[in-house]
Amino acid sequence: MDWQFMLEQIPDYLSAIGVMLAVGGAAVFLALLIGGVFASLLQDTSPLIRAVICSYIEVARNTPLIIQLFLLYFGLPAVGVLLPPELCAVMALTFMGGAYFTEVFRAGFSALSEQQSQASYALGLSRFQTFRYILWPQVWQKQLPATAATACFLLRETTVVSAITVAEVMYTTTNGIAIYYMTYEFLTLMTISCVLVFVPLSIALNQLEHRWRHD
Amino acid sequence: MTELFPSSVEWFSVITLLWPGLLNTLWIAAMSLILSLAGGVLYAVASRSRFALLRLAMRLWLEAMRAIPLLVWLFLVFFGLPLWAGIDFSGSTAAILVFGLWGSTEAGEVFRGALRAFPEAQWEAAACLGLSERQIYRHVVIPLLIRQTVPPLMNVATRLIKTTSLTILISVVELTKAGQQIIERDDNALFIYGLLFILYFLICYPLSYCSGILERRWQQG
Repeated sequence: MDWQFMLEQIPDYLSAIGVMLAVGGAAVFLALLIGGVFASLLQDTSPLIRAVICSYIEVARNTPLIIQLFLLYFGLPAVGVLLPPELCAVMALTFMGGAYFTEVFRAGFSALSEQQSQASYALGLSRFQTFRYILWPQVWQKQLPATAATACFLLRETTVVSAITVAEVMYTTTNGIAIYYMTYEFLTLMTISCVLVFVPLSIALNQLEHRWRHD
Repeated sequence: MTELFPSSVEWFSVITLLWPGLLNTLWIAAMSLILSLAGGVLYAVASRSRFALLRLAMRLWLEAMRAIPLLVWLFLVFFGLPLWAGIDFSGSTAAILVFGLWGSTEAGEVFRGALRAFPEAQWEAAACLGLSERQIYRHVVIPLLIRQTVPPLMNVATRLIKTTSLTILISVVELTKAGQQIIERDDNALFIYGLLFILYFLICYPLSYCSGILERRWQQG
């Protein structure tokens, strides 16, 4: 093992971790927004909007992320839309994650009693106020572990965006192996980076679930 | 830039090129599913063992598969194991091994949950009615376990099928890779990836749909 060489690669891996967290973080944020809006819309609107959202959920959940990425990155140029890989990555992850978050929040809403919103309307609160102050705090609190688990899942899926040349950890690794033929060193760096990022995340998630269950 | 939709002659070559890829995708998914079911039973039994060390080992296995992304494991097994252990894999074998190890923990958690939640009273009631042990298994225990495990296991299968697309990154010729080869030749990325998108959906959606239906029906019944 060439330690000197590995040390020289550390800056590359630090920026790769940065890219991974930036892409994953942006996707988690946007997907949370989509999930929040869609789950609220699912509560009471026209059957048409409900059907559209439900179809979106099924499509996003039943197709692989990598194909979604390829469609955006390699497919869209055919109709004249050329997007940078990082943007495609955030879009695909948001598309997939939005569906998962919508499901998580929908489950939270369906656990709430119908009378909650009726009581709220009877008190004179508007629809927005009912969602903002009565329903969402409960949904959020109830679904916090599931939300956190989905966010972690989305961050792990970020490794897949290496397929469209986003310079995150996996891409840096395959690229490095291809250029230097130092498989051993790059695999070690990949493992260290991923353990550094994902193990603390996983421990934090377990802590959250544990504490939430005992509250 | 070429036309969006290939002519009828190209359809033939698209199908002949995609077909082996599709078969390979289904093959990898089926093999890893079989591994997962077998491994899942072992995992569930070992997780309920009297020996703390065995339980700890299962827990570590689960956490390792859950915490570290599947693609990282795939890379480690495909690129790493030949170096470290001197074992050379084909890409498909590496994929089946990794997906099987991952699926075992997922299926295993399903089995473990079903075993833990199994209502003892059912067993006692059946025994009181004078059913023999074989009859209890045949008419009470197994139907109950099937109801609890089949819907979530179908979801595991769906995830396994979706996951097979990752093998393109270790250059296995499955559905996605076959599509990529056509694109390199014909330059019609939107059409081929659109087709793959639809194909994957057509394979996965019926599974998750049935899983949802069964889950709802069996929960009420």
